Amino acid sequence: MDKHSKKSAGRTVIHMEKRDSISRSKAWMIRGAAVLLSLLVCAIVIIAITKQNPLEVYAGIVSGAVGTRRRIWVTVRETVVLLIIAVGLVPAFRMKFWNIGAEGQILMGGAASAAVMIYAANKLPLPLAILVILAASCAAGVLWGVIPAFFKAYFNTNETLFTLMMNYVATQIINYLICIWENPKGSNTVGVINSKTRAGWFPKIFGSEYCLSVFIVILVTVLVTIYMNYSKHGYELAVVGESTDTARYAGINVKKVILRTMCLSGAICGLAGALIVAGASHTISTSTAGGRGFTAIIVAWMSKFNPAAMVAVSVFLVFMQQGSIQIATQFGLNENASDIITGILLFFLIGCEFFVNYKLTVYREEA
Amino acid sequence: MPVIITFIQRAVGQGVAILFGATGEIMTEKSGNLNLGIPGIMYMGGVAGLLGAFFYEKSAKTPNPIAGMLISILCCLLCSLLGGLIYTFLTVTLRANQNVVGLALTTFGTGFGNFFGGSISKMAGGVGQISVKTTASAFRARIPGLSGIPVVGELLFHYGFLTYLSVILALICTYFLKRTRSGLHLVAVGESPATADSAGINVPVYKYAATLAGSMIAGLGGLYFVMEYLGGTWSNNGFGDRGWLAVALVILALWNPANAIWGSLVFGALYIIYIYIPGLSRAQQELCKMLPYVVTIVVLIFTSRRNKPENQPPASLGLSYFREER
Repeated sequence: MDKHSKKSAGRTVIHMEKRDSISRSKAWMIRGAAVLLSLLVCAIVIIAITKQNPLEVYAGIVSGAVGTRRRIWVTVRETVVLLIIAVGLVPAFRMKFWNIGAEGQILMGGAASAAVMIYAANKLPLPLAILVILAASCAAGVLWGVIPAFFKAYFNTNETLFTLMMNYVATQIINYLICIWENPKGSNTVGVINSKTRAGWFPKIFGSEYCLSVFIVILVTVLVTIYMNYSKHGYELAVVGESTDTARYAGINVKKVILRTMCLSGAICGLAGALIVAGASHTISTSTAGGRGFTAIIVAWMSKFNPAAMVAVSVFLVFMQQGSIQIATQFGLNENASDIITGILLFFLIGCEFFVNYKLTVYREEA
Repeated sequence: MPVIITFIQRAVGQGVAILFGATGEIMTEKSGNLNLGIPGIMYMGGVAGLLGAFFYEKSAKTPNPIAGMLISILCCLLCSLLGGLIYTFLTVTLRANQNVVGLALTTFGTGFGNFFGGSISKMAGGVGQISVKTTASAFRARIPGLSGIPVVGELLFHYGFLTYLSVILALICTYFLKRTRSGLHLVAVGESPATADSAGINVPVYKYAATLAGSMIAGLGGLYFVMEYLGGTWSNNGFGDRGWLAVALVILALWNPANAIWGSLVFGALYIIYIYIPGLSRAQQELCKMLPYVVTIVVLIFTSRRNKPENQPPASLGLSYFREER
């Protein structure tokens, strides 16, 4: 049989097998390839829209993200906020509790910070005011996280949908608060809170008002990493995540672990609200969370809860977001371009994990 | 009486988009796929229909409403199909986590809608907002004669054809799921893919088909909003959280599209009831608007308490199925 007839008789078969293990370098090579591919697709999209030279477009993105001192700080600020939310989600996800309510927990934390700034910050010395803001935002986040956890623990209510709905209850609470705090009257916004006294605003450290946020995020990230890997609590919640039956058999109080873990997760997401409101925008609106609660879920998941990977993914996403916002403004297009870019990057990053976990071999099968 | 009639008309107007979304999501969830990308897909469907009509009206000398309508429906279906394809390819073929892919798709779809809806008019060299009045008139056309009947006509025949299509589609889907062989196969796939697989049902094919069909149905909800509700224009984030309400309605409907018909009316009514409660301050109105979500949470808790099997979500919902890992 000659080669040609063999070809026509056979059919192409794609054989898929799960890898037992993959070397680190190979896994990162696959992920690197996915990143390059996603950048290529993004470039095609951007060129199709703006009809510009691709190199110029990428130069624009770099300049938009880190072109000036101010832009670098904004990129850093956005990165740490995304990072702390992702870190906050890790304990919940490790427990296989799908907390997609980060958005609402951030909003409630932000609302608590705004409340402290409006009602109390002027009467307190700044360090104390900031401590109260941080504590209040954590408490609000805990409240929003623990309600679905309670129903999950006692009634086994689906937490994915519950936490999702809590986001929109939180949104309406923010709308309600905006009506109350409205400034100036009739504007339907809260405006910059304490714009004259700057009470409750994060102070400048080392020449930047965002430095405090960075410190808080680093501290929280380190603490959560230790908590997850070296504490009894961290071990217990991982067991609950693997199998509630095993956990029960091992004498772990599953209900208690669910409640405790969601308190922690909610507290950190609430804290993120404080970083956004007291540390950056100094106002509150329904877009305070701005979808970051959802993006952070993907960050935490894709990083497999590895803190270093979470930093890398957050930096990458925020870099591209800030860059594409710059491109969009440059060409008079609207900012939502950055969501399209983020979406494309995410599709590639999510999809590439398949090639890390599975090995594909293509061969021809005899008919 | 006229107040009640306008109230019902507006509740229906709010409900239709949610009903399309919920019907689509139920079909999807019945295959075991929890598609959280539905809100994004609805944005994509809506904006694609709008763009299709926009370019048609721009190129044609005397645009024909019917042709514009057909083009916009086709564009809407294709774009929603694309959204669904991204989701199924990543979750079924590449076995990625459903929640993660869904949320990424919603981020993408919402951005896609707002970007093109907000700036296409400018990009095409025009000024101001995009507007496709001619095509929208076909979507807004009422049945002549019948809509003139007092009360009955105002209540039943005061809507464009997509409203009736949403109800018919929901009924067809219920019939499909309960009475046809393929429908029962689909339910089996969602309940226990391993069992369905060993009974010779092609699980990936059913997952693909149900999710893609569901995405296209949901996309029509976006089209309804853009064409009939807004009258052929775009407002950024105007669609708001209706996509998530559609996901919530699935729970209220207990995974049965026919239930979603009255459920969408309830949601539509809850969505606008604040306008009709006298003496509410603006702040209280905002609190009133959280009702649909609170009701959903209550229903969710009650369904998890009562263990009636037919009222439960599909057993494999949210889980990927890998034959090798049975």
